[in-house]
Order: sequence, then structure tokens, then C-alpha cells
Amino acid sequence: MEVKLSVRRYDPESTNTVSHYQEYQMEMDEASTILDALIQIREDVDGTLSLRCSCRSAICGSCAMRVNGEAGLACNTKVIDVIPSDGTPIVVEPAGNLPVIKDLVVDFQPFWNQVKSVEPWLQPAGEEPEAEYLAPDEDMLHLAGVVSCILCGACVSDCTVLEVDSNFLGPAALAKAYRFVGDPRDDADAKRLETLNQEGGVWDCTRCMKCVEVCPKGVAPMDRIMSLREKVMDAGHTNTNGARHATAFVDSVRHSGWLDELKLPIKSFGIFNLKAMIGLIPLAIRSQRAGKVPPLIHKNIPDVENVRKIFDKVENKK
Amino acid sequence: MKYAFYPGCVSRGACPELYTATLEVCDILGIELDEDALKSASCTGAGVLQEKNLRLGDTLNARTFAMAEKAGLPLMTICSTCQGVMSQANERLVADPEYLASINEDLKEEGLEYKGTINPKHLLWIIVEDLGMDFFNSKVVRKLEGLKLAPFYGCYLVRPSDALGFNENPERETSLESIIEAVGAEVVDFPGKSLCCGFPILTINPKNSVKMVANHTIDAKDRGADAMVTPCPLCHLNLDGYQPNASSAAKRDIDLPIIHLPQLVGLSLGIAPEKMRLNKHIVSTKKLLSELAVAP
Ligand code: SF4
Ligand code: SF4
Ligand code: SF4
Ligand code: SF4
Ligand code: FES
Repeated sequence: MEVKLSVRRYDPESTNTVSHYQEYQMEMDEASTILDALIQIREDVDGTLSLRCSCRSAICGSCAMRVNGEAGLACNTKVIDVIPSDGTPIVVEPAGNLPVIKDLVVDFQPFWNQVKSVEPWLQPAGEEPEAEYLAPDEDMLHLAGVVSCILCGACVSDCTVLEVDSNFLGPAALAKAYRFVGDPRDDADAKRLETLNQEGGVWDCTRCMKCVEVCPKGVAPMDRIMSLREKVMDAGHTNTNGARHATAFVDSVRHSGWLDELKLPIKSFGIFNLKAMIGLIPLAIRSQRAGKVPPLIHKNIPDVENVRKIFDKVENKK
Repeated sequence: MKYAFYPGCVSRGACPELYTATLEVCDILGIELDEDALKSASCTGAGVLQEKNLRLGDTLNARTFAMAEKAGLPLMTICSTCQGVMSQANERLVADPEYLASINEDLKEEGLEYKGTINPKHLLWIIVEDLGMDFFNSKVVRKLEGLKLAPFYGCYLVRPSDALGFNENPERETSLESIIEAVGAEVVDFPGKSLCCGFPILTINPKNSVKMVANHTIDAKDRGADAMVTPCPLCHLNLDGYQPNASSAAKRDIDLPIIHLPQLVGLSLGIAPEKMRLNKHIVSTKKLLSELAVAP
């Protein structure tokens, strides 16, 4: 079949140091992948095209890039599945949120720094066992998904928070942190959770699910971040806007059956955080002025006792 | 067609204009709304409650589904977050009969049981799939020609795509664009349309949240959009309510009106703008409406 590719090119050594898109047209087999297409370009058409790859079977994690705007593994993406229906070329770009070195090759140093900062190694306490550290199978099952991470960076490429804040630890590193916090053989939980509770940690994720959607290995980083939030709160770190927000939200639903938007921000900032609260006042004034005001008195839903009973029943199970 | 209406907290709270516009639009489109079937339904949990206790969230949503089932009606949402949270809960409940049975144990006392037959649907999908575009086109009385609109979906209406039924209903991926075209306006495509508006971290990391608002609104504006349209009231709250903050953070004018999906539909059905409280937005819609020659 006939395939058109538009590849984002960038060469720091050329006189033209702005990136541009270059189109290629070629004949490909129905079974070919984006990586096959790129290698064919490099081999037969244009030897200057740079990209990373190794295993070609979605194992090594070197070929993450954006295809039609979404991150994934080039070796795992079939050309036929991504041909736009309107006849335009398939757009291939380097992974996002990481500096481009050349063409489709990005600098992974920020990625490794993030992963390293969560101390991704086992830190057991107590006496060293004679043989290996043992763990019951059922305690390790919940880690099956997260240990599948191949550190490809697809999630980091498309993370919506990293796009505005490079201080965020990011989905891959946070998933890795969960891998150790959740490991029964690791005894550094207290220290780990304390770090994860800080700015740039678990609370900065927007829950946008981009990382879940693009991860080629089913790691579901966001779900791990949510589990970490629960663990952070259970460990007694409740003095952050994030923890207060979650608690205030749940309290509101328990109390009235639905969300009390007026109280939520006040409770999430903490009653004593005047500065943050003053920051919110403009919205209240603006809403007043626009005549767009939420009802001042938050009513309970009918039969709210039934909701409260469910809270009691389910929370007792925990 | 009759639906059990789930308005969600935001349309009953901070976005009353969404509630009003929905009622007006459904009336003309012949979508009959039962407002009683779910009057005792709780919040979906918005993903926040799920952070603390997933099972609790699933139980509350199963309770809502059971109420719709009892009324014998399909369920309609008008918020991307409500829709997404419900779709995800439903996926877990329906996939695992044992789990569903144990959840139903906790609903028994109230005389409720969820059998797994509900398929919650956002108004956007109802228009495109249940009514169909031919029917919708036949109802449009005012073509909004010359208007350039950027779509903004809200994360929960596009991800996770499998729980949202994108495989069975691929037209969902471009449903907003279909509506924009059907009302005679031009689609301004931009990569931010399926990204996050930043609302969930508004009180956690306001700086990042405002930056997201700035990025999306400025990008859409620079690509020529006259306004942005969203099926998510939370996105609306952030993109409209915090646009002044975004504007000062980015040190430039943005002035991009954010329109709720039903307001856009309503304009094309000939409903008066003030009936849909289009005059009650933070970013004024006045100029937009005067260009369309419909008085605000
Ligand atoms: S979590 Fe998934 S997307 Fe992210 S680095 Fe690991 S394998 Fe890649
Ligand atoms: S869910 Fe969180 S970590 Fe994942 S991409 Fe979105 S913001 Fe980033
Ligand atoms: S998810 Fe949001 S809009 Fe929906 S019911 Fe809950 S708080 Fe309200
Ligand atoms: S864009 Fe933001 S507010 Fe809207 S659904 Fe996504 S996370 Fe929620
Ligand atoms: S080449 Fe190894 S993952 Fe693609």
C-alpha cells in the first residue's frame, strides 16, 4: 500500500536550526509498523534521519515517539492503523516534554533523573536473610502491571502536567515509586511517602489519564498515583491542599450527597491559608458581577441518610 | 425519547446556565427528561472520592444506575466528568458479576439492586447517536455561519477510550466537531482539544492549572477561534472563570468566550441567548452574539 509520512526534522548542526516537517511517500506492506517505515526511509531514501530503536518488539523501550500527536512505540504501531482517513500524511514527531537532540531522538536525562530520584531499588530493613528476600505470591500480584514498565517514556511525553511544570516527578517515576512502596519486602515506605507528598509529587497530577491511555504496557501510571495518594493520606500526611481537597470532597458527599463547591476551596486551602483564599476571591467577585452565582445554601439531596449509610457500610470494610 | 436525567453537581451549583440551556434544548429536540428518577442520586465521586475509596465510588454509582433501571429509563449526563466516572464504574461493575453481587448487598437495605443494564450517555452522544445527525440537522433553524469554534472535550469524555465505548462507537471521537459543523460553524482544530483544562489541580497547584487554561485558550485564539465549546462544566469553570488569571499570567489579552455544548445547540435551534444565560459568563459573549446578530 501507498503510505505518506510527514516527519518532524531537526538538526542542531545545520544552518536551519528550526524544526520542520519533511514528507516521504513509499510503498509498504500491510503488516509494517511505523518503525519499519522509518528504517526504510533511513536506509533507502534519506540516511540523515535519526531515530532510536533496538528490539523492534516492544521490549527495549527505545522507540517511543508521537504518531499523529499521540505517544507510543513506533515498533508497536502498525502503519495501517494510523493512516488518516482524510488522505493527509501520518505525522511522526519526537516524544514530547523532553529536549530534542536530533530528529526523533530526545534527551532522556530528565527522565532518568526523575526515575532515579524515587530511589528505585529495594530498601529492606532488619537482618539479611540467608538466601533471597521472600514475599508471598499474593502480595506481589498487584505489582504485576507496574513491573511491566519498559521505561520508554511515552507517558512522560504526553503528560499534561509536565507540559507546564518540569518539576513534576511525572507518571513513569511515580509508577516506579509505587512499585517499591507496594513491595512487601521494602521497608522505606515512611521516607518514600514523605517525599512523594511534597510539591511535584503525587498531588500535582491532574488525573487526565493521558499516561494510562498511551502506555504500551498497561502500567496505568495514574492508577498507581491514586493508590499512592491513598497511602500518603493513610500514613498521616493530611496537611496538604491535595489531601484536604480529597477529604473535604468526600465529607461533602457524605454529608449532603453532592458537592458543596463553595466550601470545597476553603477547606482545601485550609482555614488558615489566607493568601490562597484571597487568591480565590476574584472568582467569587467575578461570578457575582456576571450574575453567575451558585446557590448560597447547599441543600441535601432527598434521602441523604441512604448515602450516609452506604458510606458507613463500605468504609467499615476497609 | 425519555431519559433519567443526571444533572450533576456543577450544573446545579456553579453553572446554572448549563442546567437551563439543557432543559430548553431537550424540549425542542424531543428529549423528554425525567427529573425525578434520580433526584436522590448522589455525586459520582468525580474521581476524587475514588482516590480515597474506589469501592465506595462504585457503590454510589451502582445505586444511581439501579434507580434508573427501576424507572426503566436510559440515563443521560451533561458533564464529561460525570460521564467518565460513571462509564468507568459501570465497566468494573458489569465485568465482574461477583463484585456486582457484593456491591448489591450494600444497596439491599434501600430496596435497590443494579442488574447491569444501564449504559450512561452524555447529551453529546445522545444527539449524535440516538437522535442522529439527520434529525438534528432538520431541527437547526439558525445556521451560525462565519463562526469559528474550537472544541474542548474534557479528559473524562475521551479517556480511557475503551471504557467510554470508543471501539463500538468510533464517531464519539469527533462528536463535538460533528455538532459544530451541523450548526453551520467552522471547526478550529487544535491539539489541546482532548487535553486537560487543569481544573482538578485548581486548589492544589493553581499556578499549573492557570497555565493550562492559558495554553489552551491562547492556542485556540491564535488559530482563529471566536469561541470554544465544551461538554464539560468543570472545564467551563476553569476555562471561563480563570481566564482573567490566565490572561494576566500570560501577560496578554485572551477574551475567548467559552460556550457550553447545549448553549451552542440552543443558538442553532433559535433559543434566545438570555434564556440560556449566555449573558452570565465571566468572559463576555456580547461581542460574539452581536457578530452573530442575535441580541445577548
Ligand atoms: S509507564 Fe508505560 S509509558 Fe511510561 S515509561 Fe513505563 S512502559 Fe513506558
Ligand atoms: S494522569 Fe497525571 S501523571 Fe498521568 S499524564 Fe495525566 S497528569 Fe500526567
Ligand atoms: S462528578 Fe462533578 S459534576 Fe458530576 S456529580 Fe460529581 S462533582 Fe458533580
Ligand atoms: S479537562 Fe479537566 S475538568 Fe475537564 S474533564 Fe478533564 S480533568 Fe476534568
Ligand atoms: S524498538 Fe524496542 S520498544 Fe520499540
